[in-house]
Amino acid sequence: MESLGLLAAGLGMGMAVIGGGLGIGKLAASAMEAMGRQPEAAGAVRGSMIIAAALIEGAVLFCFVICIILATK
Amino acid sequence: MFSWIISSEQTLSAADTARTAADTLHTASDSLAAGAHGGGAFDFNELLHHIYDAPKLELPWGYLHLPHFQLLGFEIVLTKHIVFLLFAALLLTVGLILAARSNTRNKVPKGFGNLVEILVVFIRDEIVLPNMGKGGLKYLPYLLTNFFFILVMNLLGLIPWGSSATGNINVTAGLAIIAFVMIQFSAIRAQGLGHFIAHLTGGTHWAMWPIMVPIEFLGLFIKPFALCIRLFANMTAGHIVILALIGLIFIFQNTAVGLVSVPLAVAVNLLELFVALVQAYIFTMLTSIFMGMGIQTEGHEGHEGHAQEHH
Repeated sequence: MESLGLLAAGLGMGMAVIGGGLGIGKLAASAMEAMGRQPEAAGAVRGSMIIAAALIEGAVLFCFVICIILATK
Repeated sequence: MFSWIISSEQTLSAADTARTAADTLHTASDSLAAGAHGGGAFDFNELLHHIYDAPKLELPWGYLHLPHFQLLGFEIVLTKHIVFLLFAALLLTVGLILAARSNTRNKVPKGFGNLVEILVVFIRDEIVLPNMGKGGLKYLPYLLTNFFFILVMNLLGLIPWGSSATGNINVTAGLAIIAFVMIQFSAIRAQGLGHFIAHLTGGTHWAMWPIMVPIEFLGLFIKPFALCIRLFANMTAGHIVILALIGLIFIFQNTAVGLVSVPLAVAVNLLELFVALVQAYIFTMLTSIFMGMGIQTEGHEGHEGHAQEHH
């Protein structure tokens, strides 16, 4: 049973990273596009990009904590 | 992997090798630790101890066991994270007072005082004014304290034999509780208690209240909870990644792996420097956004004008 917990933790973390990676990738793509179109707004775009990236990362990190709990139980 | 990292002490004492195939990492850690003990060479467990809290300090020449004593009937246990928390506070108090003195003495700030001034002005102009407006300036001292305290605690984990207190969920939970109190306090002070409670209904029709009120009420607690987990998980994850990269050398039992994993660990360490800054920024930024949401529902005109006229 312990090994099942490890399996769940590994699989869960992997799936969470897929989601988080897609999210941050889309976010960065749009931000780069916005900066390219409007270089004078680059500072504002970068600021909101970092905040949104942190929020996406936060969702992945919730999963990370759950995976640690699963793996160490 | 994580169970191997975190529960290594138990697996070491029980040196049985009869394990399932899924536990290869456990056995690897067992055998290499046995080898390290036998040879009297480098002990891998010293690396593992860097992540979790313990009632002893790591020093270049060994461990310093910290005292625990009775105070008013409570047992006070000093641990590594508490020591580094207090050390960060001391460092900040002394450093920032020196910076403030040098800034009042010199007409043009220079040296360390200049660095501190850049950060303070950045938080005032880029975080507080855009998110909270002029009314947020009275909460600026709290947000500055938050930023510098978290930043110094994060950075202390990157120096050798150091440890980041923010890698402990109790510390981040404490910070998040303070943030929760400040968010609610500033909202109630700006709106009044009645308006604050009315705000929980989300301004919807009364038939929606059974759904809206619990959601809005939970939302009050989820925000600081997310702050707490985000900071903790970010700091812990960085340390675990470095440990896993170094641990590859021990798993493969081959020093040649070090040629790959040590440069990678150095790169992750540099990334950690960035993360330490970004997480302090994010914590302060999100706290000020949440406080701003409470302050600005008051109804006076938008905050953009304030930010513009300031520049």
